[in-house]
Amino acid sequence: MRRTLAALAVGLVATSAAAQELKVGFVYVGPIGDFGWTYQHDQGRLAVEQAFGDRVETTYVESVPEGADAERVIRQLAASGHGLIFTTSFGYMDATAKIAEQFPDVKFEHATGYKTAANLAIYNARFYEGRAVIGTIAGRMTRTNRIGYIASFPIPEVIMGVNAATLAAQKVNPDVEMTVTWVNSWYDPGREADAAKALIAQGIDVIMQHTDSPAPVQAAAEAGALAFGQASDMRRFGPEAHMTAIIDDWAPYYVKRVGQVLDGTWESTNSWAGFAEGEVVMAPYWNMPYEVAVEAADLERAIRLGRTHPFEGPVVDRDGAVQVPEGETASDAHLLSMGYFVQGVVGDLPK
Amino acid sequence: MEPFLISVMIAATPFLFAATGELVAERSGVLNLGLEGMMLMGAVTAFAATSATGSHLLGALAGAGAGVAMALVFAVLAISLMANQAATGLALTIFGIGASGLVGQPFIGQPLDSLAKLPVWDATALTRVITGHDPMTYLALAMAGGVAWFLYRTRAGLALRAVGDSHGSAHALGLPVTATRYAAVLFGGAMAGLGGAYISIAYTPMWGENMTAGRGWIALALVVFATWRPGRLVAGAYLFAAVTQAQFYGQALAIPSQFLAMAPYLATIAALVVISRDKALTRANAPACLGRPFRPDR
Amino acid sequence: MIALEARPEASRALALASPALAIVLTLLASAALIAALGRDPLSALHVYFVSPFLDGYSRAEILVKATPLALMGAGLAISFRANVWNIGAAGQYTLGALAAGAVALAAPEARSALWLAPYLAAGVAGGMLWAAAPALLRTRFGANEILVSLMLTYVAGLLLDWLVRGPWRSPLSFGFPQSRDFAEAFVLPVILDGTRLHVGAPAALLIAAALALLMARTLRGFSVRVIGASPRAGAFAGFGESGTVWFALLLSGGLAGLAGAIEVGAVIGKIQPDIGASAGFTAIIVAFLGRLNPLGAVLGALVLAVSVIGGENAQILLKLPKNVTGVFQGMLLFFLLACDVLIRWRVVWRRKGAA
Repeated sequence: MRRTLAALAVGLVATSAAAQELKVGFVYVGPIGDFGWTYQHDQGRLAVEQAFGDRVETTYVESVPEGADAERVIRQLAASGHGLIFTTSFGYMDATAKIAEQFPDVKFEHATGYKTAANLAIYNARFYEGRAVIGTIAGRMTRTNRIGYIASFPIPEVIMGVNAATLAAQKVNPDVEMTVTWVNSWYDPGREADAAKALIAQGIDVIMQHTDSPAPVQAAAEAGALAFGQASDMRRFGPEAHMTAIIDDWAPYYVKRVGQVLDGTWESTNSWAGFAEGEVVMAPYWNMPYEVAVEAADLERAIRLGRTHPFEGPVVDRDGAVQVPEGETASDAHLLSMGYFVQGVVGDLPK
Repeated sequence: MEPFLISVMIAATPFLFAATGELVAERSGVLNLGLEGMMLMGAVTAFAATSATGSHLLGALAGAGAGVAMALVFAVLAISLMANQAATGLALTIFGIGASGLVGQPFIGQPLDSLAKLPVWDATALTRVITGHDPMTYLALAMAGGVAWFLYRTRAGLALRAVGDSHGSAHALGLPVTATRYAAVLFGGAMAGLGGAYISIAYTPMWGENMTAGRGWIALALVVFATWRPGRLVAGAYLFAAVTQAQFYGQALAIPSQFLAMAPYLATIAALVVISRDKALTRANAPACLGRPFRPDR
Repeated sequence: MIALEARPEASRALALASPALAIVLTLLASAALIAALGRDPLSALHVYFVSPFLDGYSRAEILVKATPLALMGAGLAISFRANVWNIGAAGQYTLGALAAGAVALAAPEARSALWLAPYLAAGVAGGMLWAAAPALLRTRFGANEILVSLMLTYVAGLLLDWLVRGPWRSPLSFGFPQSRDFAEAFVLPVILDGTRLHVGAPAALLIAAALALLMARTLRGFSVRVIGASPRAGAFAGFGESGTVWFALLLSGGLAGLAGAIEVGAVIGKIQPDIGASAGFTAIIVAFLGRLNPLGAVLGALVLAVSVIGGENAQILLKLPKNVTGVFQGMLLFFLLACDVLIRWRVVWRRKGAA
C-alpha cells in the first residue's frame, strides 16, 4: 500500500514523462456524457488508445469550467508527466498559453483558438464544408422551399455554418429560404426540440442544427420532417428523418499528433482541417433519392479535392454589400470573423 | 396558432409535475430546493427502467420512485433531524446532478421510443390542441386538479394547510405534524421524479447529463409566482411555457433573449411582493411556517 | 425507540466534533462508493485528501480556490446566524464582478495600483446592491428572502450573459463571448512566485477574523446572535429585526461582491460567461461546514477546496469521473447536516409509551 501511495505522489510531482510511454491529457468543457462536442473529443481520445495501445496512456478531466479552474487542471496535467495535452474549448486559450510557457517540454494543442507558441499548436475543423453538403441536400429535398436552422449563439463559427448551408442550398434551388432560430444554449434537449417543432409548424420541412443533442432529429422524425445530425451519426434517434450528419471526427488528428510526438516529429502547427484530412466526415446518406446522394457525394469530393469552396464569390450579405467579390474565395481570416448573414437567411442576427 | 399551443402544453408539463409536488410540500411548511436533483434522478431512472422493460408505465413509476427516494433523504434530514431546509435542498441537488450522471453513463446516446400519444379528436381547433397528447400531459393536469381538490375540499388537505400555517397550533390540535410533512415531501419527490421522467421518456426520449437544464429552479419559482395556489400554478406554467415558446414562433421580440429569460424570475419576485404586502392575501395563501423546522416538544 | 431530547444547552464539544464526524462518515461512504466502482478506496482517498498537499503549487491552489469560498462563507455564516437566509450569494458575486468589471473596462490604460480601490469598492457595492433587494422586500413587504435572493441569482447570471455577448464583447475575441482583458492595475498582486496565490487570500483570512471578533465582542454581533436565536427576545432587548436583516444581507452581499471582484481581477482577468459564480452555492455548504462561524467558514472553505482539487487529481491519476466528486460533496453536506442535530439534541433510547 505504502508503495502505491509513494508512486502516486511521485506521479503527481514528476515534471516530465521520462518513461517511453507517452501520457496524453485531454481537458473537456462538458461531461463526456453530452453526446455532442465533448463526447466526440472523447471518442478521439479512445481512438488514440486503440491506435497506440501500451505506448500511450490517456487521461481526461471533464466539465472543467472556463474560468479560474482551467489553468490549474492544465498545469496539473503538465506536472503529472503528460507529454501532450489537448485543451478542447476556446475558453481555455489564455490558460493553455500561460502553462505552455511554464512547461516548454510539454506539448500543448488548443482547439478553436488563435494563440500559438513553439510548444502550443492550435487546431479546428472546417465544419462549414459539411454544412455546404447538407445545404445542397436540403435545397434539393425541401418541398416548401424553406429550411430551418437551429442555432446556439451568434459567434462566427455558427454564422459561418448558416451561411455555408444557405449558399449551397441556393445553388441548387434559387427559391430556397433559410430560417434561423436561436435557442441560446449549446445543450438543452427540450428547447432544441421545441425549436424544431416550431420551425416545422411554420412550414419548414428540413431541419439542420448547430446544437448538441439529438432532440431536433427526434422532433423532425415525429413530425414527418427531414433532419441532419450534429457531431455524430444520430440516425438511431430518427431513422425516418435522418438524412446524414456532419461528424466531428477528431480521431485522425489526435492519432496523427500523438504519433508525431512518439516519433519526435511534432511541431507547433495551425491546423484547420476538413474533409481532406478526415476530420469532418459525412454520415451515410439516407432518406433521399439516389441522384441527391450522388450530388452530395460529388460536392463532398470536390471540396475534398479543393476543386470548389463553399464560400466562392460573389457572397452578398443581407444589406446587399458584396462581402466576397466574384472570382475570389473567402479567406480563412474572413471566415473566422464572419459577422453577417447572406441573402436568403431569415431571422435576426442578435447584436 | 395550433402548433404553438400544442408546444405550450408539452413544454408546460414538466413544470406542472414538479411545481405541483413542490406546492404540496411548501403548503405543509417545507421548502425543498432539491427539485433539480430529484428531477434528474427521476429522468435517469425512468429512462433506464423504460429501456430495460420496454414499458413507459414502469419507467414513469420508477422515475417517481427515484424522486421519492431522494425526497426521503431530504425528509429525514430536514424534518426528523431538523436540518436547515435550504442547505439540505441544495445538497440534494448537488448530489442528484452527480449521482444521475454516474448512473446514466451507460445510457448516453441510446434512443428510446417516445411515450405513445392518444388519438386526436379532430373536431375543432380547440380539440386539436387539447387532445392527442401523451397520457402524462393529462396526468400532470389531473394531479394539479387533484391537489386543488385535496387542499380545499378535504379534511386532510385542511390539516395539511394547518400544519404549514402554524405547526404549533396544528400539533396542539392533535394533528400529526411530522407525518403530514413526510407525506407532503415524499409526494413532492414523486412528482418531481415524474417531471424528470416526462423529459427523458416523452418530451425528448433520451438521457443526457443535466438534461433538465434548470427546469427544477423554474418550477420552484412558479410555485411562488402562483402564490401557492394550484389553479394559478397551472395558469403560471402555461404562461411561462407560452412566453418561452413564443420566442420560437414570433422571433419578433426586439429585446435580447437574456431579458426574456429573466421574466419568470422577476415575475416571481413581483408576485411575492404583491402577496406579501397584503396581509390578508398572505394569510390566505402563503404557508406561514415555510422553511421552519418543527420541534414536537415545544 | 430512538428519540431526540433537547439539551439544556448546545454542546460546545459536539459543535467542534460534529463537522469532524461528518467528514469521517463521508469518507466511509465515499470509500464504499469508490469500492463499488471497482477502485481501491484507500488510494482514492489518498488522492482526494493528501495529493493536493504534496507540492507547493497545489498548496497555493488550495488557498486560491478557498479564497472566494471563505469570503462568501464567512458572510453567509453571520447572515444565517441572524436567521436571514441569503441563498443568493452567487448572484451577489456576479454583480460584484460586473460592477468591478465596469470600472476595469472603463479604465483600459490603468497602471497605478491605486485603481484597485475603486475596483474593489465597486465590487462590494455591486454585491450589496443585489443583496439590498431581498433586504428591502423582506423588511418592507415581508417577502421571503430565500426566494427573492435565489431568483435574483438567475437574473444576475442572465445579465452577465447579455453583457459578455453584447455590449462588453471584445472586438478582439473573434466573436467569442468575453470582454477585453483587464489592465494590469486590476490584477491583484501575486504573493508567492510561481503560483497564483494573490493578496486576496490573506485578506480573506483577516476579514474572517475581523468578523469573528465582531460577532464575539461587539453589540452588533450580540444582537445578531440574540435575534437569530429568538426574534422575540431580540425585540425585548430593543434590537430591531429589520436592522438585523439589512445588516446581514448587506454584509454577506458585500462580501460576495468582493469575492467576485477579487476572483475576476486576480485569476480570470476579464469578464466571461463563466466567472465561477457557482461558488456562491458552494459557500452555503462552507458556512454550514464552518458551524456558522466566520473563522470556521475559512476551515470549511479549505476542506471544500481540497475536495475540488482532489477531485481533479482523482480524474487525472485514477480516471474517476467528475460526478463522483459531486456525489461526494452532496454526501458531505448530508452528513454534516445530520450530525448537527447532535449539538442541540441528545439521542436517547426510550421505551414505547414512556414519552
